[in-house]
Amino acid sequence: MANLRDIRRRIKSVKNTAQITRAMQLVAAAKMKKAQDQALGGRAYSRHLLQVLYDIRKNFAHETHPFLEQRPGQRELVLVISTDKGLCGAINTNLARKIVALTSPGADFVTVGRKLRAVCEKLGKKVVADFTVKDPVPFGETRPIASFIGRQFLARNYDKVSIAFTNFYNTLRQEPKVVTLLPLQGHRPDQEQAFELIGGGFSAAAHQSDPDRDFEFEPNPGDVLGAILPLYLNYEVFQAHLEARASEHSARMVAMKSATDNANKFIKELTLEYNKLRQGAITAELLEITTAMKAVE
Amino acid sequence: MPLHLDIVTPEKMVFSDFVDNVYLPGADGELGVLPLHAGLVTALQPGELRYLRDDNVVTLAIGSGFAEITQTDVVVLTDMALGEAEIDIAQAEAAIQRAQEQLHGVDHSVDAEEVAFLQGIIARSTAAINFKRRHQV
Repeated sequence: MANLRDIRRRIKSVKNTAQITRAMQLVAAAKMKKAQDQALGGRAYSRHLLQVLYDIRKNFAHETHPFLEQRPGQRELVLVISTDKGLCGAINTNLARKIVALTSPGADFVTVGRKLRAVCEKLGKKVVADFTVKDPVPFGETRPIASFIGRQFLARNYDKVSIAFTNFYNTLRQEPKVVTLLPLQGHRPDQEQAFELIGGGFSAAAHQSDPDRDFEFEPNPGDVLGAILPLYLNYEVFQAHLEARASEHSARMVAMKSATDNANKFIKELTLEYNKLRQGAITAELLEITTAMKAVE
Repeated sequence: MPLHLDIVTPEKMVFSDFVDNVYLPGADGELGVLPLHAGLVTALQPGELRYLRDDNVVTLAIGSGFAEITQTDVVVLTDMALGEAEIDIAQAEAAIQRAQEQLHGVDHSVDAEEVAFLQGIIARSTAAINFKRRHQV
């Protein structure tokens, strides 16, 4: 049985832990609010961008753009967005599991965030580039990432580019996702599912659009596509970062909250045990005194 | 028949409601849109967007981007959409200054995208300043 001093020491250390996790919870909560607002605010843009692409998909057939080119090859490049810091629940583990399940075995990786870069290296995957993105996510820092993967695709180093990130639903729910970014999907009717992409909120079924609707283009279709497609790539990559960041802070907030709750519960139990022991010790001592007195009489 | 206008920037949904008409700064000049307009996708250049709603004309300074026009909807996707009150000339001038300084540091032959990005900042800040000056008088 633990003695009083041991229990006292344990209570003290658990209290320290609770204090730290509580502080981390508060910090994460503040960051979470910002990250969630940013992610939700950005969705309208990426959703409308997608909607425009969806509406004009018929015209893709006449126009060719290198981003639309479907190639027979299987070389895949995966952009993985994980977190730099740990203590955020299981989101990195879940994402890693998803990546292993959904990407081709010979795929190469581009990583953002230290956690999954380490995992990729451990799995013996080739990491061709690594980026760091500040918090909150500035658009200026995700643009080089988008242009890097765009260039890799255009240079025919890879036939397919996917993006793996954690999609944000709400504070308690985040889901890992692997989405094909290039060649841009969805301009063929059988690929309409692919339009339900990053952030959610757009579904081809819910979006009423007449597939035979004709569009004019100003100045001309080639220029418009040439402007929209890179923009789309940039903003999908950006939005994926926003989603991942919102997920990270939400997951960390929840993880830290449950850690604090656990610690507090533990403190309560330990205090109870401590008091019982103390009471027991006092009773024993009293008993000894009374017995001693009795013996003297 | 009403016309539904959405103005969206990467940060937020700026405007989403029914309007009577919209004037956009298209790539080939100003473009007026009334309900039942033919389907059109156009590039936008930095400039002034006007819409009429309940007999009030509202003007906004917008950056480059593009617009999708259907018979019932206009969707404007742009990197900036500001009302007169939101524009701070000093801030916009500082942004131009910063972008120009960065532009000098960039190798134009190597990073064409960075150059385009910085030029976009200059163009849209200039449009914002012109807009503010025109409406102050």
